[in-house]
Amino acid sequence: MKVQVHTTLKEGVLDPQGKAVGSALKNLGFSGIKKIRQGKLFDIDLETDNKDEAEKITKKICKVLLANMVIEDYKIIILSDN
Amino acid sequence: MKPNIIVFPGSNCDRDVYIAIKNITGHSPKMVWHKDTSLENANLIVLPGGFSHGDYLRSGSIASRAPIMKEVIKKAKNGTPVIGICNGFQILTECGLLPGALMRNNKMQFICKYTHLVSNYDNTWINKKQLGKVIFLPVAHHDGNYYADDNTIERLIKDNRIAYQYCTSAGIIEQSSNINGSTNNIAGIISDKENVLGMMPHPERAINTKLGGEDGINFFKNVFEKLG
Repeated sequence: MKVQVHTTLKEGVLDPQGKAVGSALKNLGFSGIKKIRQGKLFDIDLETDNKDEAEKITKKICKVLLANMVIEDYKIIILSDN
Repeated sequence: MKPNIIVFPGSNCDRDVYIAIKNITGHSPKMVWHKDTSLENANLIVLPGGFSHGDYLRSGSIASRAPIMKEVIKKAKNGTPVIGICNGFQILTECGLLPGALMRNNKMQFICKYTHLVSNYDNTWINKKQLGKVIFLPVAHHDGNYYADDNTIERLIKDNRIAYQYCTSAGIIEQSSNINGSTNNIAGIISDKENVLGMMPHPERAINTKLGGEDGINFFKNVFEKLG
């Protein structure tokens, strides 16, 4: 089972990296960008074929290591059954 | 005293702390590899500075889940004093022994310089004679921007748990002396039970005037006096 995890900074937590990317784009002439927040994406291939189990395992992985719950939120996307 | 220094892959201040403790206090710390699982007789644990696991994922995050950390957390919860310096501070917030998080410096730059610091809060780590006095210690970090929510900051202030704040040479805590964007200029904090200290500045790098300063000497003297 292939899953994806997105981690992003919580609303209200300052994101200096997103800000720097935003101002770089502005300097490159891209106007109309209201806001950029930087996050991380993890592609995970799990042994299990069971959707519920995959979600359970991934949730645990997020809480234990992938996300720092003090500053980050995570989102799990189940991609496929194979 | 049986100081134990935890060594992670990528730690680079472990030997500096060893030499500082040995030269200043005469105690020889034991170096403990991150894959070990016991800290026999340790009555002071030091998590040194460096770039454990290359700062991958988030600074300190992978080290905070190392096998030895179960024992560090257990000992800390039982009252054993723990000091985390720089990457050690990041590891302490990542494993939950200290509140908040250390984020990328607000101006995105790696900062490597001596900074003025002041301790205005009376707690067990700070010698009373040093309250309000400015000290000069180096920092070297990319992720030293202390963040915690308003409630946590309020609690830290109320319980005298802020150990160090970035300040001017005159001891004034203001925006211009906030080198990395930390909330309330925070450079170091202590745990609710007061036995865990995390700080971004490096006292172990300030023990010789030829290397820039020696305010770190008093830091280690105070710690060992307090611990007895």
